[in-house]
Amino acid sequence: MAKIMAGVGCSHVPAIGVAMDTGITNDDYWKPIFDGFNRSREWMKKQNPDVIFLVYNDHCTAFDARCIPTFALGCGAEFHPADEGWGPRPVPAVKNHQKMASHIAQYLVLNEFDITIMNEMEVDHGLTVPLSVMFGNIKQNEEWPALVIPLCVNVVQYPAPTGNRCYNLGKAIRSAIESYEEDLKVVIFGTGGMSHQLQYKRAGLINSEWDKRFLDLMTEDPIAASQITHLEYLRETGSEGIEMVMWLIMRGALNENVTEVHRHYHVPASNTAVGHIILENN
Amino acid sequence: MTKKEYDNIPGTIVFDADRSREGYHLNQFCISLRLQKNRDAFNENEEVYLDSYPMSRQQREAVLLRDWNLLLELGGNIYYTSKLAANDGINFQNLAGRMTGMGVDSYREMMIKGGRSIEGNRDKSEWGED
Repeated sequence: MAKIMAGVGCSHVPAIGVAMDTGITNDDYWKPIFDGFNRSREWMKKQNPDVIFLVYNDHCTAFDARCIPTFALGCGAEFHPADEGWGPRPVPAVKNHQKMASHIAQYLVLNEFDITIMNEMEVDHGLTVPLSVMFGNIKQNEEWPALVIPLCVNVVQYPAPTGNRCYNLGKAIRSAIESYEEDLKVVIFGTGGMSHQLQYKRAGLINSEWDKRFLDLMTEDPIAASQITHLEYLRETGSEGIEMVMWLIMRGALNENVTEVHRHYHVPASNTAVGHIILENN
Repeated sequence: MTKKEYDNIPGTIVFDADRSREGYHLNQFCISLRLQKNRDAFNENEEVYLDSYPMSRQQREAVLLRDWNLLLELGGNIYYTSKLAANDGINFQNLAGRMTGMGVDSYREMMIKGGRSIEGNRDKSEWGED
């Protein structure tokens, strides 16, 4: 049977992708950010997952204002990096484990999580940047070392799904994955965050103390984290900090007791606090 | 309009259904600039290109003037307006520098020093606003 080995929480700042794509990761500004992922890349090699279940949000790329699904699961064969206004990232297309994705979609709907099924979808930095930071530079003509099942969550138009809903969805995703008959190693990613506000006069807000407490809760008390209100995210972590609800999907898919094997936190990457955690199922 | 629980967060516009409804055509215009062929057409003649998007006169003016804060006040969302900025060669950080009124260099400096503190930035009363 398939098994979830671990969870990864990770920011997905677009400028991190740009830094990798333009080869400036060693300069004074970017080095401390990327140094925090050295251990993660070693860890990824050791884990060598067959499939990554990747929770991210689309930034009006596949879903502009015409259509805003709260949860959309990628079930197509592959997903190409989109042009987000500055040209597509020079990274490979993401290949899906289509049979497992369909199994998950069916399981979720029958268990009352009525997700949207996407058979065609371009993917943006929300999905490709976490893969890049965790795998390192993978050239466009190469392949990502794992198959990827994307789950896209609306966090652009208020309200995003609640933390509690996300946490419970994570549990259902785990049951779905672990009822899939093939022996596969799966790692789940929850991406986005941490505190940041990109817009209007309060742009630049960072709340490191809050972020660090959130990382602590990820390890020690995910149920408490699942009860954080939208108002608290908006006020304390900035209007875009609400992306952190996506980490709760990842966390819900893990055991209640986990081992934190790595953590990294750095301010800033562009406008954003970069947070990263690796949690292994005990 | 009914007061919303997030209305007293200072310097922040929450992109909810009311904003989304008001900003629909503005945002759809902005997102069209994701694609190079549309960027080319827009850059060739902004006025003509904007004619295909039935936005309000005020929204249209704000686009032409690149009034980044007004665009948000009129229903724009940052992930959309950032496409207009990207077309102009302005990245997220420089856009934030403009929206905060700090300018690009002071904004970048603030971020390097750890960003804008949450202290004094939780409630409009702390900004001397209602």
